Amino acid sequence: MKATEVVDAVVRKLGDSVLAVKRPEGLPRRAYVDVKAEDIVAVSRTMFADFHGRLATVSGVDVRDGAEILYHWCIERHTLDPPAEGEPPCVVVTVRALAPYPDLVIDSIVCVTEAANWIEREIHDLLGVSFTDHPDMRRLILADDWPEGVYPLRRDFDVAAFRRKEYGDE
Amino acid sequence: MARRTLLPIGPFHPLQEEPEHFQLYVDGETIVDMDVRISYNHRGIEKLSESKTFDQVPFLVERVCGICSASHPMAYICAVEDIAGVQAPLRSEYLRTIVLELERIHSHLLWAGLAGHFIGYNTVFMWAWKYREPVMDILEYLTGSRVEYANAKIGGSRRDMDDELAGRVRKDLDEIEKGTYLLTKAVLDDPVLAARLKGACTISYEQAVNFGMTGPSVRASGVPIDVRHDDPYCVYDQVDWEVITTPNGDVFDKVVVRLLETFESIKIVRQCLDQMPEGEIDAKVQEVPPGEAVGHVEAPRGETFHYVRSDGGNGPARHKIRAPSYVNVPSFKASSIGQPVADVTIAMAALDPCYSCTERMVVAVDADSGKPRYGWNDLVRLSQEKTRRLMKKVYPTH
Repeated sequence: MKATEVVDAVVRKLGDSVLAVKRPEGLPRRAYVDVKAEDIVAVSRTMFADFHGRLATVSGVDVRDGAEILYHWCIERHTLDPPAEGEPPCVVVTVRALAPYPDLVIDSIVCVTEAANWIEREIHDLLGVSFTDHPDMRRLILADDWPEGVYPLRRDFDVAAFRRKEYGDE
Repeated sequence: MARRTLLPIGPFHPLQEEPEHFQLYVDGETIVDMDVRISYNHRGIEKLSESKTFDQVPFLVERVCGICSASHPMAYICAVEDIAGVQAPLRSEYLRTIVLELERIHSHLLWAGLAGHFIGYNTVFMWAWKYREPVMDILEYLTGSRVEYANAKIGGSRRDMDDELAGRVRKDLDEIEKGTYLLTKAVLDDPVLAARLKGACTISYEQAVNFGMTGPSVRASGVPIDVRHDDPYCVYDQVDWEVITTPNGDVFDKVVVRLLETFESIKIVRQCLDQMPEGEIDAKVQEVPPGEAVGHVEAPRGETFHYVRSDGGNGPARHKIRAPSYVNVPSFKASSIGQPVADVTIAMAALDPCYSCTERMVVAVDADSGKPRYGWNDLVRLSQEKTRRLMKKVYPTH
């Protein structure tokens, strides 16, 4: 299967969950698929089980309406329909869902792959997104004495003001 | 009645000499459960990256890790070049590949040496580091620095190489290959090492896939993934080399994969030197338009993954970095449970974990832990004693 056909198959299989598809020009092995946030577990299961995707990581981005959660799936093990000889097999499909303000809630996908465990905890720490049904939502990145409700990767986080308040910096 | 005991290793890891905290729940000598706590030394690199310009960021991300200091900037540069729609000149792609592969050779040899020391084979440690030193020398005369080479930039490379230097690299590579061959043969033929490492702390194919592991650690479990082959960057699709995999997933296989990969890397560097065309080494990128892209690169320890978003400004609006140990370290849970404490040392070392890989922000270190712990000496002693017991079995007259 060619890279472009893999992306076609993913979009077809995800069906009604898909909101938009972006395929960068000249980069056949990259695609960005926006999906409905409420379908994220089903979508992730399709990516992991049907397409043998490997969850490389998840990026959280603070945007105006909420937190964009980007699940980067590397599809590289094609068990049924391998690419032609000499054609590189890996396609990176980034599945994008929005966890809207003010609650920033989205379902956890640890039930699909263990690879999501640490990174969901990290995004919870740094962006304040809550992942429903995560098995272990303890802090991972921030220190135990870091104040509650302060999220360093948010757009409105002011490093200088934070240092003044917490450490008495001039 | 069996009693469960909590055995804390950390917060300053006694073996790797880096901040990481493993809590092992042991029943006698057997590990029944474990928890990992990280981020005692998170440096805030992702946040810092948002305040830098696009061409400053490679200097920042090569400091994510001193050993993968070519791979991190390369992944970032791949992403930014995708956003800008730039193709670096072919000659610079060859120069980049040479440095990336030299980095892999030195990292694998460094690991082989440390792993040897952990199980009481200090000769392996001496040998491996002896043959690693010329690699560092090559990196120094090619890029100007033993670590943090800063050779790759957005749109090209900084430093070219002339025929005289290329000849010098060829000569040094011959020596490195000879030494590594000796080392590899000695390690693979050793009956004690086989007894100690075969079947130790196995990670199955399914577990490896579920944890999303990458690099030599996953290839040792028979999963044939390697970014260089699967999604080629630089000139990996123009040289002839093989993805090394082994079927068993135990510690011995992880040794085999790393040692054999070293020879593939030497092969790649030689071909690059032969095939490298003349020409420009810099595409001179003027601006980076708004957009987003992912870049991933096969670092010595596994895939390093960067996501960059540009809003048309001078620097990244968001830059996510995921280093390989971040997905490899959680698999300790799969490899350690059910194993004796003496094997934990080598199970942890087998992944070649890198804590600077796992941490990216500064926090206070817990200074309030006065309780006695298993320290560096105790862990190394446990592991080395086990090897000695095996030695007595294999060579009873020794």
